[in-house]
Amino acid sequence: MPVGIKDKVCIVGMGCTKFGENWDKSDSDMIVDAAYEAYEDAGIEPKDVQAAWLGTCWGMTATMLSVALKMQYKPVTRVENACATGAEALRNACYAVTSGAYDIALALGYEKLKDQGISGLGGTAITTGVASSMTAPGAFAMLATKYFARYGLSPNEGKRMIAQIPVKTHHNGALNPKAHYQREITIEQVLNAPIIAWPLGILDSCGVSDGAAAAIVVRAEDAKKFRPDPVYIKALQICVGPAEGQMSQVFDYTHVEETYRAGQAAYAEAGIKNPRKEISMAEVHDCFSITEAVIMEDLQFSPRGRVKEDIEAGTFRLDGELPVQPDGGLKCFGHPIGASGLRMMYEMYLQLQGKAGPRQIKNPQLGLTHNLGGFPYLNVVSCFIAGL
Amino acid sequence: MVGITSYGAYIPLHRLDRSEFFRAWGGIFGMSIPGEKAVANFDEDGVTMAVESAIDCMNGTDPKKVDGLFFATTTSPYKDRLCSSMMVVILDMRRDVRTMDVTGSLRAGSTAIVSALDAIKAGAAKSVMVTAADTIMAAPAGDFEQAYGDGGAAVLLGSDGVIASVEGSHSISDEFAGMWRTSEDTFIRSWEDRMVLDRGYSSIMPEVISGLMKKYGLATKDFTKMVCDSPLDVRRHARLARELGFDESQVQDPLFLTVGNTGCALAMMMLVAALEEAKAGDKILFASYGNGADAFVLEVTPEIEKTRDRRGIKNHLASKKPLNNYETYLRWRRLVTVERARRPELGPTTIAGLWRDRRLILGLWGKKCKVCGTPQIIQGASMGMGTPTRVCVNCQAKDQFEDYRFSDKKAKVFTFTQDNLADTVDPPAVITMVDFEEGGRAIFDMTDRDPSEVYVEMPVEMTFRKLYYDAPRGIHNYFWKTRPVRC
Repeated sequence: MPVGIKDKVCIVGMGCTKFGENWDKSDSDMIVDAAYEAYEDAGIEPKDVQAAWLGTCWGMTATMLSVALKMQYKPVTRVENACATGAEALRNACYAVTSGAYDIALALGYEKLKDQGISGLGGTAITTGVASSMTAPGAFAMLATKYFARYGLSPNEGKRMIAQIPVKTHHNGALNPKAHYQREITIEQVLNAPIIAWPLGILDSCGVSDGAAAAIVVRAEDAKKFRPDPVYIKALQICVGPAEGQMSQVFDYTHVEETYRAGQAAYAEAGIKNPRKEISMAEVHDCFSITEAVIMEDLQFSPRGRVKEDIEAGTFRLDGELPVQPDGGLKCFGHPIGASGLRMMYEMYLQLQGKAGPRQIKNPQLGLTHNLGGFPYLNVVSCFIAGL
Repeated sequence: MVGITSYGAYIPLHRLDRSEFFRAWGGIFGMSIPGEKAVANFDEDGVTMAVESAIDCMNGTDPKKVDGLFFATTTSPYKDRLCSSMMVVILDMRRDVRTMDVTGSLRAGSTAIVSALDAIKAGAAKSVMVTAADTIMAAPAGDFEQAYGDGGAAVLLGSDGVIASVEGSHSISDEFAGMWRTSEDTFIRSWEDRMVLDRGYSSIMPEVISGLMKKYGLATKDFTKMVCDSPLDVRRHARLARELGFDESQVQDPLFLTVGNTGCALAMMMLVAALEEAKAGDKILFASYGNGADAFVLEVTPEIEKTRDRRGIKNHLASKKPLNNYETYLRWRRLVTVERARRPELGPTTIAGLWRDRRLILGLWGKKCKVCGTPQIIQGASMGMGTPTRVCVNCQAKDQFEDYRFSDKKAKVFTFTQDNLADTVDPPAVITMVDFEEGGRAIFDMTDRDPSEVYVEMPVEMTFRKLYYDAPRGIHNYFWKTRPVRC
């Protein structure tokens, strides 16, 4: 058994831009803003960074970071791992300092989606032309279709169940000056929104935004040299599927196997026995309302098929037993792909340090972040846990 | 004995009432033509309808025993690329077969039949498939637009198990072209209509039929059915029968009121309709017009009774849905430019990838694991998904596969969505994840569907369709879709 990453590495500085339609900011602008906020937070100079990992899905290569920051001939690596790209940049930086290869590393993720002039997240690849015309909302809509069918929810009952999720999340986003959408919404607005992919409407879907976020990581034994309240990494798990869900009738399409397994692995690495009790808060990949519902079950916050009870009980609200999306989630931040994983960790970092302002959760001990890239039947999931 | 050994046909699901043209264009041509026409869906063309027809015609025939495939069309998607070679892969025929695309004439179908019969009589082939389909376009607001319909038909020719023997044939060539298209034209062109009909169809068809009857010492009363295609003005078809002395009861319906004129496929579609009703001993006159004409004497054998289970014309005619309106027709035929979905550009099509995946893409061949028996298929090279399958999804055995065909397997909808965001000609895109009854799962677009009628567990079948045209590279991308079980 590998010994794992628990308490070997700390985040000592973080930065995060305002997310949104940043028409007046370029990718380089956002990289500089996120990195310098993180430098300042960690109390370091740019020259102190010994290595960097850049997470971006559509941006090209490591020079994007080194040129924007004029890094002086440092080792920089661009990583991509679907919607877990930002998380992957952090994971690589953590492993690098843990190994002793470097003392101080920068992880930075960004995406400049709004320069594409299209709906959705974009992306074009060489093709044999045979993929279905399905969009990402379509793939997650099929999760809702099947979830409703399996658990005997009529379309109206199902839609009402998931509609409560963005309402809860927008409440949090309204409290966050860095969120793209900073307003409350009502359940009627969610239910009456135009349909993107049946049964999901526009307000079941996260936004499309630009943004960047960054973290400075060091070995745990050095962390207190930088600040009195470093945040300790407890688990860094990635799970990538083999397309079993797409090719085999084994998959039920009412859960996401990769999330379940990444969660299991993260709980093992962090030594967590009862996630519902031990995890204080979570930022999960709420690309669509149904996704968050199913994640709650896959991460064992709710029993299988019974997330509806917890949604209705307010369990995941900011004042609930296990707050989920305290910062406003993908729903209010949008999903600049390479930035999201680090944006989630930024919120956990603020909450653990007691710096989350009106969103502050009382005395959190462990925060979980989760990204899901791809489709419910084939995807990349990251599940990270951080704590004091 | 040489002749027809099997038949099949295809008519698109959707029909457009001709009054819709009148509604759209009012009195420009002053009158409404009666009936409806069959309209190919936006994802259908001559190739896909010829494939449907050929599959209907194969009906259990071992494809490895067919020695040739001739594809007749005047609306090939390519000027220089052999579609019949594509169909050989789709139908899983051998490599050492004769292939030919016959084009350039409304009698391309009968010309292909003449050639196939010659090859069989000469002993060069034992069995040849001839499949024909057309989607001829006429400019909006004219009579021709109403007259043309879409469809296909196929016959298998050979000497074993003949259901209708070819007792004789007669062909003539004629230079007069009253209607034509250049290689640059989208729409049909026509000379002044009286000469088109008087010097063309109404002159050449009597000549070829009289010549045929004289050659074999036959009279009109010797035939059970007269199966002759029709010009766009269907009244000339009735006049031909009348002037030759055929009784109305002998005349095979030219499908004008139900399908429309299907170009070089029309004569063969009518022949299929005649064979569906034929009895042993019937004599059929079969003729087709276009820059001359071909005419045949067919005699039906008792074997005909073994071919009653085709979808053919009768079942396809009965299986139909009204097309809502003329505007939809304009969109499907791409006669209007519609606003594009603001979605990512489609990626560049790779010919190398298409070639490597030809069995998967054209024949929907997947794999079945020899260790654990799991059938499996993955669509192929797109973002994050590669082909071929080398490692079993179930037991991870490496390279322990036999080829496994999915295109002819029944399936059920496992889950679905109506995707309004997807870039499609006919939104919403209905996306289905389906479970095949004998194992395996995959995701396909659904076609010929009413979005409101799709449900989890809905039975579906596979159909070969054109996904899209990669214009910058000139590549028509074909693949399979699901559809509600047709008939």
